[in-house]
Amino acid sequence: MNAGIASHQKVCVEHLFKVFGPDPDETIRRVQAGQAKDRIYADTHSVAAVADVSFTVDQGEIFVVMGLSGSGKSTLIRCLNRLIDPTRGRILLDGQDVVAMDAGALRELRAHKLSMVFQHFALFPHKTVGENVEFGLKVRGVPPGERRDKARRALEQVGLEAYADVPPDNLSGGMQQRVGLARGLAVDPDIMLMDEPFSALDPLIRRDMQDELLALQAQLHMTILFITHDLHEALRIGDRIAIMKDGRFVQTGTPEEIVADPADDYVAAFTRDVDRGRVFRMGRLSHEAPTVTPDDDPATARRRCDEHGVAGLHVVDTDGYPLGILVRAELASAEDDALRDLMQPDYPVARADQELIELYGACAQGLPIAVLDDTGRLQGTVDPLRVFALLAGEPGEGETSRRAEASAPLAAREE
Amino acid sequence: MADSISDFYTLPLDDWIEVAVKDWLVPNFRPVFQALQWPIDQVLSGLEDFLLWLPYPVFVVVVPLIAWRAAGSRVAIFALAAVVFLDLLGIWRETMITLAMIVTAVTFCTIVGVPLGILAARSDRFASVIRPVLDIMQTIPPFVYLVPIVMLFGVGIVPGVIATIIFALPPIIRLTNLGIRQVQGELVEAGLAFGATRRQLLFEIQIPLALRTIMAGLNQTLMLSLSMVVIAALIGAGGLGLTVFTGLGRLDIGKASLGGIGIVLLAILLDRVTQALGEGGRADAGGKRSFKKLLSKGVSKTDRDDVS
Repeated sequence: MNAGIASHQKVCVEHLFKVFGPDPDETIRRVQAGQAKDRIYADTHSVAAVADVSFTVDQGEIFVVMGLSGSGKSTLIRCLNRLIDPTRGRILLDGQDVVAMDAGALRELRAHKLSMVFQHFALFPHKTVGENVEFGLKVRGVPPGERRDKARRALEQVGLEAYADVPPDNLSGGMQQRVGLARGLAVDPDIMLMDEPFSALDPLIRRDMQDELLALQAQLHMTILFITHDLHEALRIGDRIAIMKDGRFVQTGTPEEIVADPADDYVAAFTRDVDRGRVFRMGRLSHEAPTVTPDDDPATARRRCDEHGVAGLHVVDTDGYPLGILVRAELASAEDDALRDLMQPDYPVARADQELIELYGACAQGLPIAVLDDTGRLQGTVDPLRVFALLAGEPGEGETSRRAEASAPLAAREE
Repeated sequence: MADSISDFYTLPLDDWIEVAVKDWLVPNFRPVFQALQWPIDQVLSGLEDFLLWLPYPVFVVVVPLIAWRAAGSRVAIFALAAVVFLDLLGIWRETMITLAMIVTAVTFCTIVGVPLGILAARSDRFASVIRPVLDIMQTIPPFVYLVPIVMLFGVGIVPGVIATIIFALPPIIRLTNLGIRQVQGELVEAGLAFGATRRQLLFEIQIPLALRTIMAGLNQTLMLSLSMVVIAALIGAGGLGLTVFTGLGRLDIGKASLGGIGIVLLAILLDRVTQALGEGGRADAGGKRSFKKLLSKGVSKTDRDDVS
């Protein structure tokens, strides 16, 4: 989603450990030796809630950590603002080592750079919605007038400006979390830490909130570290996802990578019932297509169809713009007709970044789908059968796609 | 044949304590303890003078008014009846002296107890140190420490108040500690996550949210100090306790009963009013809240309609 933004590392976590229990050193040694969690606990009575976790998050990226309860994800996110002190490892935010900070520097960091949204909202019940949103600014020492303005603007961003004087208890869950979000936004954070922010909400409200977060992110380009136990949520909002289990990252990758190529059975178990049509995009299946120019004869077109085993092929002008599609079945009897007369001017098209689910209709025609680039040139085609193969999760489809991604946009080729 | 150890040897703990208090504590620290009396004496005599100076009709108006504001009309009617009845019994003066003692004791309990409770909430170590001390304070019979108090402070109304403070202090410490510890972890995290200092965390989040529990502690402290006034009369404190005590000495059941009735009426009145104040902060806000709730419920309903 943010591929266009020049990336720079905002968060860099290196070999982070958090051990709860009496014997952290021994526990870390055993984790490094690869011992299982239960085994380590039996021997040391210690648990490595975060075990050798390393990752980076780029400016403007939404990095999602997905794991079940007890996987250590909440501990991990609390290490970033040191609500929990890590046992070992480095956390660099903009190159500053958070682990080494003293209390004063840490407070500065929390007040200016980081903000946090909590699972159960954590709104202060004795303060109004407006006072809640102001809180971060108040502890920072911002004068009352200024912080009220900022709080009002933050509330406007989440559509709750009318509720500034109401106690938060009076609001519905979804609205309360909007207040939580506004409280986070009010301090203009560089980095937003979100600890299962939507988990306590109803499914429909949750979807709304996800959309709202994405809309806000499109404007604000924050760096977001987002925790969830819901893979669907992770796939929906994450630019990159890390799957966490027993304190370790099992797999890190884009949503497509995770679903297409789960690292192990654990990840595969999650991805099994994912709606693949919403995860994969056309670009993944697009590959170099056989084409003809309007000047070719039907025999050439026929031969090229058969060579590539396709049901049809596109007619492309010399600049690479598609003109129409030739259907193999209709070419059979044609001898000397001009291709221009044989081709159908209407043909299914797609963009590389479209989700598969948007193109089921186009697939139904059975013809190759033209994938066009931003200028409208033919970039590649997608065989509808491949779409269904990918949806069914057939192995091997990843390879072709990688090849297709590597290939340059296709220009009309002369023989 | 010896049946027990004490046939051979008795630990002279009583002698040791006597020596420690009489020969060490009293001669060396008496001035310190005398100095401790000073602020209590100031507050107590100021308050007592003020209460006795106020003309009686002022109470007839003001006490029911306060009761009404804090706890509603039923308590106000009771307050009016109590004020009239206490004067009718001829124990008004004693009641005022007792009230001054109690208010002084509770004031000092709050000044000492709330900070100690906060410390205990912040430090597990301090909590584990203070806990047995509080246990001892709550279980040891007050008669036991009346003796050293007389030795250190002498007799009179101020030593009586000091004994009352010792007796009534534990609940406010305990409940302040409890109240602050009970504040939801996520709220404390939220405070810290936005960069609050420990001080800001305390005053912005922990104390406001613990206030209800702290007020319950204050109420308990108040009730305990009321029950101490008779015992304090043993070492020369005046007021209703003295009425009971002299009644007891002369087997004058009528007089003792008067003192008892006075204490009970005062206790009920103070209990109702402070309890209402404790909830009060909340009951009041709750009133406002439920009103706003009605309003915002209507609004949020339409809001949700918009969304769907």
